[in-house]
Amino acid sequence: MRPVVVAVAALLTAALAGSTAAQDKQITLPPDHEYGRLQDGPGQDTAQTQCQSCHSTDYIVRQPPGEARQWEAVVTKMIKVFGAPISETDTRAITDYLARTYGRPR
Amino acid sequence: MAALTRRDLLALAGRAGALALAGSAAAAVRAAAADDPILAGRPLVRYPEKTDLILLTSRPPQLETPMTYFDRAITPNEAFFVRYHVFPIPTSVDLATWRLKVHGRVDRPLELSMDDLRTKFPPARVVAVNQCSGNSRGRFAPRVLGGQWGDGAMGNAEWVGARLRDVLTLAGVKTGAVQVTFDGLDKPAFPTVPDFVKSLDVARIMDDPDVLVAYQMNGRSLPMLNGFPARLIVPGWYATYWVKNLSEIEVVDSVFEKFWMKPGYRIPDTPCGCVEPGTVPARTVPISRMTVRSFVAAPEPGARVPAGRPLALKGIAFDGGAGIAEVQLSSDGGATWRRVTLGADLGRYSFREWSASWTPPGPGPHRVMVRAINAIGESQGLQPLWNPAGYMRNVVEHVDVVAS
Repeated sequence: MRPVVVAVAALLTAALAGSTAAQDKQITLPPDHEYGRLQDGPGQDTAQTQCQSCHSTDYIVRQPPGEARQWEAVVTKMIKVFGAPISETDTRAITDYLARTYGRPR
Repeated sequence: MAALTRRDLLALAGRAGALALAGSAAAAVRAAAADDPILAGRPLVRYPEKTDLILLTSRPPQLETPMTYFDRAITPNEAFFVRYHVFPIPTSVDLATWRLKVHGRVDRPLELSMDDLRTKFPPARVVAVNQCSGNSRGRFAPRVLGGQWGDGAMGNAEWVGARLRDVLTLAGVKTGAVQVTFDGLDKPAFPTVPDFVKSLDVARIMDDPDVLVAYQMNGRSLPMLNGFPARLIVPGWYATYWVKNLSEIEVVDSVFEKFWMKPGYRIPDTPCGCVEPGTVPARTVPISRMTVRSFVAAPEPGARVPAGRPLALKGIAFDGGAGIAEVQLSSDGGATWRRVTLGADLGRYSFREWSASWTPPGPGPHRVMVRAINAIGESQGLQPLWNPAGYMRNVVEHVDVVAS
């Protein structure tokens, strides 16, 4: 009985809402793609966990390799501009990891 | 089974490329990616209402259109690129409750339903290019930080909607109003992350009948990831102003300078929007009108083609709204140029299709270059312009093929 009631209710709602009801939209986004996973190495755990709490880490792996300075500036921006709640210890660990893994030798 | 030599592998890759020309865009990207460092390693993914697109980032989603789609003027909705700034993004919209709020320095604040948008204002139509400010950023030298796009952060569609100036006229803009801000349903999870809000001058909106609140894209409702149920259309200007999943319009009495207007999306305050590579501009201004660009979509990079036989070339050209007057090809490194055939004129803001026939003179590698000139004489340079944010790339493009 219940499914029928639900179906009738859905039909009524659609009829009342008129032509626009058919245009309501709902989508499901896929999870973060594996290709963006940070490379293994000391500090990877911290970087992966902290960074992905706001964005997928493919943002990081595709950046041009830069000096430690570049990655310091990026992490500082995430904290100062976007308000990322990262402790001083983790900030150091993440910056070192990024410079070592996605950096360019001086 | 005999081991394959490097030569065999190259031959196989060539065959794969040829197959891709006739086959799906998916195969085309896999073949093209091998010799394009910016696309190499990036997976093809299929998001809701989308076909296979090249993944840049998952969250917020950024998806790039494969070059094979730019052999025609209109980009299909399912192939149109995606770029969001903050997360979460809207994943469901119920039109029974969705409203476009118009408020601020107005006489009559409005809350417009989709029916209101469709019936209270005469529908207007424009075919216009939507291109990310940072399209082709991955190709900057020296390289710059930011989304490392190839060339597929662009698309062209027919947009239908209400004129923004009609909406503002109904609301009644008060004397002293300076700018109008636009906000969408994408809202950052953390209150410290700046919400994506953009602004335009009141005068710029009231002078331009082609700035729309669009509810239709190529004859259909917009894909969610391209701004359902309505997005702002600012023909001729970079996509950063084309706010998606639009929910709020506010008229303000000063220049709006929150994060995504300042320091975000700024270019050097110089005639070219550029500075000496590697240097910092003294002053910046908000990015605005697009520069002239043109691309070869077919044949694909690295294609194996028969020497001495005519080869069909296709692509598109566009600019910031003067309209494309001429597209030219060079097969001698830019020493001489010849005009190609232009396709139908869909309006001054649209991609302009072009086609040409060119015969590779002999076996070996060949480079064909393309450049466009717009109706006011602006064109593309042989040397790329540079700025620290990686915006407005418009260098002469080319395709490399191998004749045998």
